[in-house]
Amino acid sequence: MQTGCEWLRGTGPDAEIVVSSRIRLARNLAQFPFISRADEPTRNDLEKLLYEKLQDLPAGPRLSYFDVRNLSDLDRQFLMERQLISKELADGEGARGVAVDQGQSVSVMINEEDHLRMQVVRSGFSLDECWKDIDQLDDAIEEDVTYAFSEDLGYLTACPTNVGTGIRVSVMLHLPALHMTKEIQKVLGALQKISLAVRGLYGEGSSASGQFFQVSNQITLGQSEQQIIDKLHEVVPNIISYERRVREALLKDNRAKLHDQISRATGILQKAQTISSEETMDLLSSVRLGVSLGMLDDLDLLSVNELFIHTQPSHLQKIRGESLDSGERNAARAAYLRLRLAEA
Amino acid sequence: MKKCRRCSKPATLHITEIHDSTVQKIHLCENCASEYLETSAPPDEDEMEALLEEAGLGELEDEQDELTCPNCGITYREFRKQGRLGCPHDYVVFKERLVPLLENIHESTHHAGKFPKRAPDASHKQYELIKMRNDLRIAVEKEDYEAAAQLRDDIRQLEERQSE
Repeated sequence: MQTGCEWLRGTGPDAEIVVSSRIRLARNLAQFPFISRADEPTRNDLEKLLYEKLQDLPAGPRLSYFDVRNLSDLDRQFLMERQLISKELADGEGARGVAVDQGQSVSVMINEEDHLRMQVVRSGFSLDECWKDIDQLDDAIEEDVTYAFSEDLGYLTACPTNVGTGIRVSVMLHLPALHMTKEIQKVLGALQKISLAVRGLYGEGSSASGQFFQVSNQITLGQSEQQIIDKLHEVVPNIISYERRVREALLKDNRAKLHDQISRATGILQKAQTISSEETMDLLSSVRLGVSLGMLDDLDLLSVNELFIHTQPSHLQKIRGESLDSGERNAARAAYLRLRLAEA
Repeated sequence: MKKCRRCSKPATLHITEIHDSTVQKIHLCENCASEYLETSAPPDEDEMEALLEEAGLGELEDEQDELTCPNCGITYREFRKQGRLGCPHDYVVFKERLVPLLENIHESTHHAGKFPKRAPDASHKQYELIKMRNDLRIAVEKEDYEAAAQLRDDIRQLEERQSE
């Protein structure tokens, strides 16, 4: 699990601004109650049945299963930092788990808010590829189970906010220039008016740290999957070109100041003896901008993308092979950054 | 005058919650407001309440809240409280209440996306199993083991028949 996270590669269309594209589908089996109403034996039955189906898919990727109920807190947090499971699944109760493919771009959560929450993540702006993969995976699972579905309302979900397609299409954007110039407020306002939601790096309820913004659809009923994807295809390129224009303007009018900010950020990350997760995210965001603008030649997007994830609390502890309290983590984080950025 | 979101008395306090960049307005009477400020409810619950209110479902009489799904046993009141439905059949049982809610959330009440490849109408035949599982749960709670054993057999038989 230490390596091989494909969506961090920093390749794919517009990868300097679009970190990743992600599509998830919510599905439930018709013969079971939804999770909030399922008692322990029912949850066990559900997990067993779905686990077996996933091991035995007629087509699609080979998946490894993690029994989240029996994982340590550290391992649960690790999967969460990798965005393979949600906070809801990590903090949940009873039988639950996640099946993940080798490249960690496909994950299928069992017994989260819905019986199944499957997602495909890819590097860069690649929603069509995500849809192709997840549509196939969905068909493969459906060959052997009966989904809760009505012709009128589509796929039936535990929360009415997901009913219909059960789809969430989202794109993770790195928008440091729009953030720096406060233009981001205009973007957020405009997105809200057209029913697109904006969240932070770690989804619902998280703040937009490190200047990462997750843009996704809110409406799941009354539009086809393709229409929902097309809406993001229409809107996201505008945000990308807005960010690019502001970056160019900054380079033209404030080059020295921008260069100074990026160099200082790199300097602190290379020399600090103790550093919080929050400060790391902020400074890495400047470094990532520097790499995108060609101001830092010795670093690439993959390395910076990885640093964002590897400096998260449970990743640090995994790398160090021991459990660390908050103060120890800050020191370990600084040591790790010094090591990784020594050459840059 | 706006009514209190929680008890429908006239609202005297108007709270604006700002999470990151999203703004949510909450209208409450004095009693509910002091309770709210002391223990802020989880956001999901709040969001669902706000959605229900916007859909004009915030002030319906209590007796309608007792509408119960015969399959999973959830009442409409419980759904309101937790924001999650109990089983797929609830979409039929609570239809009258859910349609305005769906219109409010999605601006639509009709699916326009993918259909399952296999018989899409197969799913409601399965709802019988949810009812049997709920009956089984109740039988176990009442320690009526004879009924529970019978139900377990029935469930297994029905599952086998359906997978053939």
